[in-house]
Amino acid sequence: MRKPKLAVWKFASCDGCQLSLLDCEDELLAVAGAVEIANFPEASSAVVEGPYDVSLVEGSVTTPHDLERIVDIRAQSGLLITIGACATSGGIQALRNFADVREFTRAVYASPEFISTLETSTPIAEHVKVDFELRGCPINKYQLVELIGSFLNRRRANIPHHSVCVECKRKGNPCIPVSNGSICLGPVTHSGCGALCPSYNRGCFGCYGPKELANAESLAAWAKQELEADPATLKRVFHNFNAWASPFKEEGSSHG
Amino acid sequence: MFSMGRRDKAVTSHKFKDRIPGFVTEEGTKIDTRTFSLRGLDQLIQTLLDHGYQCIGPVVRDGVIAYDKVSSTADLPQGWTDEQSPGHYRLRKREDDACFGFVVGPHSWKRFLYPPERRLWQLQKQGQSFVRVGEPEVAPRYAFLGVKACELAAIGIQDQVLKDGPVPDPDYTQRRDNALIIAVNCTESAETCFCASMKTGPEAAGGFDLVLTEILEPKHAFVAQAGSERGREILDALQTAEASESQIESARAGIASAADGQTRTVDTDGLRELIERASESIHWGEIEERCLSCANCTLSCPTCFCSDVEDSTDLTGEHAERWRRWDSCFNRGFSFVAGGEIRHSTASRYRQWMTHKLSTWHDQFGSSGCVGCGRCITWCPVGIDITEEIQQFRLRDQL
Repeated sequence: MRKPKLAVWKFASCDGCQLSLLDCEDELLAVAGAVEIANFPEASSAVVEGPYDVSLVEGSVTTPHDLERIVDIRAQSGLLITIGACATSGGIQALRNFADVREFTRAVYASPEFISTLETSTPIAEHVKVDFELRGCPINKYQLVELIGSFLNRRRANIPHHSVCVECKRKGNPCIPVSNGSICLGPVTHSGCGALCPSYNRGCFGCYGPKELANAESLAAWAKQELEADPATLKRVFHNFNAWASPFKEEGSSHG
Repeated sequence: MFSMGRRDKAVTSHKFKDRIPGFVTEEGTKIDTRTFSLRGLDQLIQTLLDHGYQCIGPVVRDGVIAYDKVSSTADLPQGWTDEQSPGHYRLRKREDDACFGFVVGPHSWKRFLYPPERRLWQLQKQGQSFVRVGEPEVAPRYAFLGVKACELAAIGIQDQVLKDGPVPDPDYTQRRDNALIIAVNCTESAETCFCASMKTGPEAAGGFDLVLTEILEPKHAFVAQAGSERGREILDALQTAEASESQIESARAGIASAADGQTRTVDTDGLRELIERASESIHWGEIEERCLSCANCTLSCPTCFCSDVEDSTDLTGEHAERWRRWDSCFNRGFSFVAGGEIRHSTASRYRQWMTHKLSTWHDQFGSSGCVGCGRCITWCPVGIDITEEIQQFRLRDQL
């Protein structure tokens, strides 16, 4: 039986998520044994032409060229999976969506006239049909292997949609907003990281974006009233890696 | 997974009455009550270890009082207490050297009896079929030191669900049968405690092997009674003296002050029916405005027992595993059935939780599912208070 062809694509991103695939170490040989890594410039300059059975897409759409490229990638892909906060929500670069991008280019580049960029940074799913969104900044490599494994074995992926709190509770972490007054986005954030920050006594940064039914408004109201969070802090915690994902987008904007 | 049939059996052996239980029998005869010092407590822990138990008790860890391995009294939270209110917990220094001068921490004993994650089996492909691989796990032998009355009641409720029901969970049953329970009566309450309302505490009334009451007057000591043959053997192995009248009086006074000190109450009269009538109340929607559907309440609750069973394969498909993990009715996937999930709103999930806990639990298991430990109040990140919500349903019911 022919091995499924896998392609990895990059849009506006830091490369961290696609490097999670190379970071698989123990599982890397098994991945390479199970799929044909046909197009992955970060790993090999040998590129096999499409179409591809699975495309992993990293990064957000930020240029006119990206707009064309994503449509072309969709056309040559069987399954299109977006990986990471940039691809699933627009990433940290979506902070431009709340400001004037021309001001940024003028401040950063000596010759801003050569910069061809869009006003906004947007998730892939705003432009083409996406079959699965794998969250995280960066993604969890074990979830990536699980996702590939579920595809290869034609089963549902075990990637739960619950809050980070569930991971904290299973690990036996005390709830730090309760026990030390930290501001923690865990209760409104999608699981997947294994409650990394709360396990080190630091409030959740919300790297995996909003969970389903995320009640950001209630969490912010409590933080303001009981944990004495000021509006600038609240704006900053919600307008972070997943700033463009609702309801983090609206909640951050409501604090000044 | 569990039968919804009505069960009329009383759920626990706890019968809290308006007497001073524990120190005299119902007939008025004095129960053999022993006493030992802090050094005696060390001897008790050593005896447990010598008997091959893993001793689990309260320890200070990560800014809370958690349950973990204990090898001497030096591991206990001596001189510490917990300050609790809705959405708030802080460790505080005590002015005395009490070892059990706290209420309950974020974890309950269910972590040890019903672990949060457990591999149920693994299979390996051999030829065209799968064979089971791996050695079956041997259940640990725990001695739990410092089980409070509300926790005992919770263990009694989980026994009903996981051990004494029509389909016993083999791992739970084995862990539970192995476990030795040393209860400690509460001599003070937190702001979030309401065990007196739920009739589960503050005094342990049964279901233990040994019960201790820590007294600070006339001097720091423990007053002990056996609750089983195993407990009697352990107690007999220690150097103890007969407890004096003044020590017993001091223990009684401590327990009475814990009961008197509870500021939260729940009127349980007709509560089951009240929640049943409230199924279409607009108040569920008002709770939804605050509730995060994060699942903290259910996972902190010592009686919540829901779990998910997850099957997975490796990349080759030649190795498969089945894991059980704690789940919650606040999670989307929890209500997944053929065709999709059925509880899409936070209001519907909160209603499910509270209705099960306070109303349909009676139908299913013959008791309330709430023991009044207050964890769901303290550990709710936005301080939702179940006793306050009950009061709101009462007020609306009277309109």
